[in-house]
Amino acid sequence: MNIVVPIKQVPDLVEELEIDGSGKDLNREWLKYKINEFDDHALEEALLYKEANGGTVTAIVLDSDGIDKVLHAAAAKGADKVVKIMGDFGSAVSSHAAGKAMADAIQAMGFDMVMTGVQAVDDRDGQLAGIIANHLNTPNINVVTGVTKDGDNLVVQKEYGGGVVAEFEVSTPVVIGVQAARETPRYIPVAKIRKASRGINIEEVSGSTDGNAGSEVSRMFKPEGGQGAEMLGDDAEAAAARIIEILNEKGIK
Amino acid sequence: MSNIYVVVEHFKGKVEDITFEMLGKAKELGDVTAVLIGNKDLASELGAASKVITVDAPELAEFNPEAYLKTVSEVVSNGNADMVMVGNTSMGMDIAAGLSVSQDMPLIAYASDMGTDSVTSQLYGGKVNVESAVSGKCIVSVLPGSFPGDAGKVDGSPAVEEAAAPDLSEVKVKFRKLIEPEGGDVDITTQDVLVSAGRGIQSDENIPMVEELAAKLGGAVSCSRPIVDNKWLGKTRQVGKSGLKVKPKLYLTLGISGAPEHIEGMKEADLIIAVNTDPNAPIFDYAHYGCTADLFDLIPALSSKL
Repeated sequence: MNIVVPIKQVPDLVEELEIDGSGKDLNREWLKYKINEFDDHALEEALLYKEANGGTVTAIVLDSDGIDKVLHAAAAKGADKVVKIMGDFGSAVSSHAAGKAMADAIQAMGFDMVMTGVQAVDDRDGQLAGIIANHLNTPNINVVTGVTKDGDNLVVQKEYGGGVVAEFEVSTPVVIGVQAARETPRYIPVAKIRKASRGINIEEVSGSTDGNAGSEVSRMFKPEGGQGAEMLGDDAEAAAARIIEILNEKGIK
Repeated sequence: MSNIYVVVEHFKGKVEDITFEMLGKAKELGDVTAVLIGNKDLASELGAASKVITVDAPELAEFNPEAYLKTVSEVVSNGNADMVMVGNTSMGMDIAAGLSVSQDMPLIAYASDMGTDSVTSQLYGGKVNVESAVSGKCIVSVLPGSFPGDAGKVDGSPAVEEAAAPDLSEVKVKFRKLIEPEGGDVDITTQDVLVSAGRGIQSDENIPMVEELAAKLGGAVSCSRPIVDNKWLGKTRQVGKSGLKVKPKLYLTLGISGAPEHIEGMKEADLIIAVNTDPNAPIFDYAHYGCTADLFDLIPALSSKL
């Protein structure tokens, strides 16, 4: 079983996001990026599957600033191979462009299962898994919380609302959009990743840049923060006293 | 006039709220066709549409990601939609992106508002709104909770057209079964008071502090998705898109930023008080009262006064 895990970085939402001068993109100059947390779960689920049933895990990314450390981390966690697709993708690559480039590279390297994050905070033109699956002409199941083996087939658990889970059976090849891995994604200390990075060979392949979202951003703006809430300030004692008053007024306590 | 197709979402014989939200909005924008797969009996509930296209086959009796995508693609390919609306939901995510590629129609996701020439998406966890210019045909995946459902629940007698199912003999995905959630220790949907923990709580060691506060308020602890993913609390405590929908008298959030997936599950609460050190956290758009104190200072301050 060859499992390929497309991974991307997204802006870290802990940081303040600013809109740039054009009003159509984020100001990316000082933006801090981190691994898309759903991709981290996809990698974990792929590693869990490999550890239980054998096979290989390949992490694949589009070239972008600082992406090598994502691949180093993936290798340190247990990915057998790490691949970087080279091309002029820009910093705000659309899901359709990324999906096409990923699908081409994955097709060329061969695969049984693709596992990627179910979504990312910036996929304006849709989630990656469905785009990749359609280019690879395979079935696609999303919002998945576990993939196990049953004979020659895979058993895939997909979350609906209200805590209900649907169980499906599927043969490979297949593309899975992972919501959450069965276990919390493993943690590798940065020092260990740095140490491991010396022995890791990042394979570079060239990629297509011909996919596009088919629509343009016309404006980006922030919703007005706190417009709904009456703010009680940042002093814990004063805020706590006011909250007790409010609860008393409403007859809650 | 625009032709708007709405892909109907239904589960256990009931049309889901997202469908009525989309129907109501679609009616404002043009002539509405509802695409109803797997249960034609529900056509009578879709009065907001002027036409309902039904497709039935044994393989479509239960939702099936592959079979439903194939079927929707076939209906859209044979039709004249200017815009196709799909829920940005668990089922909708299996359809929208694949449909976009197979029909070569642009897709705009996380849509919270739309007109005939522009679509607004909530991105970056609800922190930034992005408007996309639309020219020509497109697919939008609509965030649940964006529009009132009532506007889509209207009487009417839409024309019903029964379409043939595409060839589904090669479908690889087979539905096996539904797994219902295990009964939890506490049913958070019936609690008057919920104290809800988010990522800001930082560690499972801090959960007891939240439990103590909840007990003093006469309620229970609930949480957002990351807390369940980290296994700090069980799935039965999760509020939001893939968790439970709650409507308590008090919903007190501690360190929850307010991603759209969470908001969907709690915005109907009678009183929402949000605690988050980030003054720009989207949760404050939905809360009645907000506080930017450090939650590790606020919890003991509150507890000592109860």
